[in-house]
Amino acid sequence: MVESKHKWKAWLYLSPAIILLLVFTVWPIINTLRMAFLNGYSLSREVGGWTFGFGIENFKMVFNEYSGFKQCLINTLLLTVLTVPISTMLALLIAVCLNSIKPLQRLLQTIFFLPYVTNSIAIGMVFEAMFNIVGFNSSSPSFGIINSVIGLFGVDPINWINESSPYWANITVLVIYIVWNALPFKILILLGGLQSINRQYYDAAKIDSTPRARVFTKITVPLLSPMLAYVVITGFIGGFKEYSSIVGIFGDDMQAAGGKSLDTMVGFIYRALGNQEGIASASALILFAIIFVVTMINLYVSKKKTHY
Amino acid sequence: MKVVLQNLTKIFPSRSKKAGEEVVAVNDFTFEIPDGKLIGLLGPSGCGKSTTLYMISGLQKPSGGQIFFGDDDVTELSAENRGVGLVFQNYALYPHMTVKQNIMFPLQNLKGEDKLTKEVMLDRAYQAAKLVQIDELMERKPSELSGGQQQRVAIARALVKMPKVLLLDEPLSNLDARLRLQTREEIRRIQKETGITTIFVTHDQEEAMSISDMIVVMKLGVVQQIGAPQNVYDNPTNLFVAKFLGTPPINVFKGYVEDGKLYIGEKTPIYAEPAVEADTESLAEVNAEPAVEADADAEPLAEVNAEPAITGYQHGEYVLDIADMDLDPIEDQAVIIGIRPEGFVPCADGPLTCDLSSVEVMGRDVSIVSTHKASLNPMIRSIVDTDAAKGTKGNTVRFALKPHKVFIFSAEDETRLGKDPSTWDLPAPTPAVVAVEGEGEASTTKSTKKDSTSNKKKKRRKNQASGKKKNNKKIGSKKKKSKKKGSR
Repeated sequence: MVESKHKWKAWLYLSPAIILLLVFTVWPIINTLRMAFLNGYSLSREVGGWTFGFGIENFKMVFNEYSGFKQCLINTLLLTVLTVPISTMLALLIAVCLNSIKPLQRLLQTIFFLPYVTNSIAIGMVFEAMFNIVGFNSSSPSFGIINSVIGLFGVDPINWINESSPYWANITVLVIYIVWNALPFKILILLGGLQSINRQYYDAAKIDSTPRARVFTKITVPLLSPMLAYVVITGFIGGFKEYSSIVGIFGDDMQAAGGKSLDTMVGFIYRALGNQEGIASASALILFAIIFVVTMINLYVSKKKTHY
Repeated sequence: MKVVLQNLTKIFPSRSKKAGEEVVAVNDFTFEIPDGKLIGLLGPSGCGKSTTLYMISGLQKPSGGQIFFGDDDVTELSAENRGVGLVFQNYALYPHMTVKQNIMFPLQNLKGEDKLTKEVMLDRAYQAAKLVQIDELMERKPSELSGGQQQRVAIARALVKMPKVLLLDEPLSNLDARLRLQTREEIRRIQKETGITTIFVTHDQEEAMSISDMIVVMKLGVVQQIGAPQNVYDNPTNLFVAKFLGTPPINVFKGYVEDGKLYIGEKTPIYAEPAVEADTESLAEVNAEPAVEADADAEPLAEVNAEPAITGYQHGEYVLDIADMDLDPIEDQAVIIGIRPEGFVPCADGPLTCDLSSVEVMGRDVSIVSTHKASLNPMIRSIVDTDAAKGTKGNTVRFALKPHKVFIFSAEDETRLGKDPSTWDLPAPTPAVVAVEGEGEASTTKSTKKDSTSNKKKKRRKNQASGKKKNNKKIGSKKKKSKKKGSR
């Protein structure tokens, strides 16, 4: 009696969340699946009364007919594989340094956290200005700040992002941008982890005259491994979804002028959404599959490597 | 290797500059720890015992004084270079390493000439593990071990590098009562087997007394007494030490010394007319006493007692002669009397009469719980022989006291009276009289034969007002008083 009386109440209280989830999460997922497996699906054509056959044409199309997709895949993988390790290691280094200093810790923590609260498009535009080369081909070139700085060390100015800039230079700028943008969150997590490590482990290591490097590799890193695993997994997921940084620097065609396409998976999906929702859905599912597999691998590895 | 502490002092600065004063955690600690001994640093929490240990380990820097290992001054040496073994209170085993890896960890840090081959390391790890009897558990992680096992691993890790000094910080506090008993014997055994100078910190007096060669009793950063456990128990320097050692704890009474006699209770005037009840115990009564001294300052109080004339004094209970107690003469004064639970002997005509609360049978002996108006504890707990307790029936119980179980302390500063400090660290004259835990001797042979006529309860004396009156109010301020006391 009492139970059934309370059952509908429970559902009532849950209903706002459930309705929101159904409308904005569950239905889109189902719809994506549907669109992905309807050959050549397009919303405008469906509205026009068109019917679509069921099949995997969309997936075939993505792989075979759009050469751009492969480039997107390569770009995405390259950026992810480069940025995740670099940003994680840098964040670990900075977190350990931050943790070992007392004065200015709060101030530095705040400074390191600033990129996190800054709009990524705005950061992209700042980067664009910094890596710019103005009038590269003229007789008296004026450089962006990065080229000026490396010029001090006798390095010739590099065409980072301007017309006919090389692919590696573009990727370098993107890697710097993404790493820098990803650092605050990782530092925050790792610093929190470091501060929760019992000081006594370090005292014990000190008593046993453990060298610093060994303390770091044998005590700090293992004890921090759960946080590291978290940071790496979220880093991979974030890397595969990279989009706004490229738009911020290279504009929304995601292409260095005259250079190779810097399009990513998300960029491809976004573009396909224009009138080829079937293709977009299919590539979204491919992206999901990739993220799923990589995360599973991450979890498997971290389970073996993390302690606790 | 002996360890010498010289005027060791640790001052923690105050947290905020404005408020709060700096904390003197350890104050002027001087002590030479003999080679190969087991030393217990004992005291209530916050007394500076752990700080002392950490200063010896090098994890904390002293604010003043010096530390020597053997003849080497190690005061400025960092913890890495002191080569001590330290067992932390919660063991600080590396959770991600197996027992074997934990024990081998210190060996893998050795560099240069001391570098060991893998075989030697393994061999020594297994030796250390055997010593603490955990060689079966080498592949387990600390989380898979019980508290006692973890503790052994921690000891093995500290021992594996063969330190010259082993430090243990509250080594037994995380273990259950049974394991504690067992492990403390283990610690004693391991210390004997290795012969390593060992210092351990504890707040449990029983633990310290049972296994230490010497104990150091500390309070608020100041060393109160150093000595063999039995000596400290038999001859406490002050009330704090007396109270801190022994289970059940020492029984404390208000009392006074007059004419070489020790009284428990208060001396109160008796008035002529309306027979004022003799055994009032309010402090007001005590305060009123100066009024009868016929001094000039008697005036303001005289009004209170204006009416009846004083005809005599109601004395407390005359329990012992100072002369029988193997003490130097004590001047007439108010005192605090400490009586060990095993110092009571039930006796039909004993001088001390207590109200009986209960008799607890413990098998080997009997614990008599009683109350007394002069007692500073709510209950008096005495431990007596089963046979001797047979007569205890009714509402009251009478005790004779064993003189060497009764300590007299100044009511002013709680220091011991009638005993020359320089003779305290001599070996106890009658060893094995008291069980280590202070549970009392089973014989009553030494019970003092009292002249029964002389300790009549409620004895009257005429105008015995002496110059040195007791002042029981002092008892309340014992903390401040004993703080001033210097270290020994």
